[in-house]
Amino acid sequence: MATVVSVAVLALLLAAVLHQFAVHGQLAADKWSLFVQAPVLRYLLGGLWATVQVTLASAALALPFGALLALGRLARTRLLRVPSAVYVEVLRAVPLLLLIYAFLLGLPETGVRMPLFWQLAAPIGLTNAAVFAEIFRAGVRALPRGQTEAAYALGLGYWPAMRLVVLPQAVRQTSPALVGQLVRLLKDSTLGYVVSFLELLNSAKVLGEYNHTLVQGFLVVALMYVLVNSTLAAIAWGLERRTGRPRGARAIRSC
Amino acid sequence: MGFVLSHLGVFGNGLLVSLELSGLTFLLAGLLGGLLACCRIAPVVPLRLFAWAYVVTLRSIPLLVLLTLFVFGLPEAGVVYSLFWTAVTAMSLYWAAFFCEVVRSGVRAVPRGQIEAGRALGLTFGQVLRLVVLPQALRSTVQPLASLLIAVTLNSSLAAAVGVTRELTGQTQLLDQQFAQPLISFGAAAACYVALTLLIGRSAALLERRLVVQR
Repeated sequence: MATVVSVAVLALLLAAVLHQFAVHGQLAADKWSLFVQAPVLRYLLGGLWATVQVTLASAALALPFGALLALGRLARTRLLRVPSAVYVEVLRAVPLLLLIYAFLLGLPETGVRMPLFWQLAAPIGLTNAAVFAEIFRAGVRALPRGQTEAAYALGLGYWPAMRLVVLPQAVRQTSPALVGQLVRLLKDSTLGYVVSFLELLNSAKVLGEYNHTLVQGFLVVALMYVLVNSTLAAIAWGLERRTGRPRGARAIRSC
Repeated sequence: MGFVLSHLGVFGNGLLVSLELSGLTFLLAGLLGGLLACCRIAPVVPLRLFAWAYVVTLRSIPLLVLLTLFVFGLPEAGVVYSLFWTAVTAMSLYWAAFFCEVVRSGVRAVPRGQIEAGRALGLTFGQVLRLVVLPQALRSTVQPLASLLIAVTLNSSLAAAVGVTRELTGQTQLLDQQFAQPLISFGAAAACYVALTLLIGRSAALLERRLVVQR
């Protein structure tokens, strides 16, 4: 009974959406056939490639910087601990868009000029460095204390213990979270829309405004994001099973 | 500092709109997310499938794509209403997926035996949920929900990118364009967001301590 009712309600919902689209001519074949034409597809795939480039560039910035920040927060001197903690806490509490506006509008006023690509990739990298730092730190702290103590007992100093015992295990532990975080980086790259960098979302907007296919363009692009991101999520999930971490430890990381 | 003081009203109004935006979004996302969570754990297959597909899809779509789709795309399909509420709709639909997962993991944290015991006592599915599962699930979801609220608040700034420039980030950008004082205006806005984040985090810690059950 419940099954029949729920199917009926869901079908009704879908029908209402399709009806609304049909009434306003948004289901017309010529509005959709655009997206199987080779030049349009090539254009959108070009947008996807730009998105991937921004993601990789910001990850290349965020990963090493995040690792340094994590080491800073774990350091024994307050001189390193306090500034890294302040950086991480502040950057995690400031919206990315605000940082991008600061780079886009604020920096030129102080005389610093940056190429458009880095005006997008640098703020994304700087914010996510704070997130990566927290992931690394959580990985190190999740390691049993005995590991570090054993390393010290064997006569290793602070750095050799970190390098040989703690970090290799921590990196392996955090690899699913790191891949999961790539999803967020990829989502963040949509802010190219704000700085008029032609990544996937902005490409769809330009295409849609030119051909009057805004709804269709955004829906197609949304589908592309779903495909890429769910692949990344599946990889993260596979890694998680291999590293054998307890399920349920998955936080809501990719918001 | 004088610059910030003389434009206190602008920052204050921006902050209020941001709060309104994120509060409404969190509320609506909570309602929809709670409903989705019920669907995900309900013993009805089509509902489970629908909720699963919803969560997987909405979590993979960047928020800005959803916002542009709703603000610029849907008017072409005849769906037009106020810009503010359109933004709230898009953001609520997005965060509902995350809300659903938080609630669900809270429910999963309740030991199976508790649910079976409830069933054995003759409680219905609704009664088990209301009397046994949810009161316990609520306690373990305080921290994740606070993180979610922080994420909702910070990302409410994205509404400025689609035209709701009355909120804090949008106001800051306009101020900067007018007066070219980037360091001060962006710094002040950043301070507002940091204060909000701290406030939410501290309140959640307080709430969690009060809700804890002494066993």
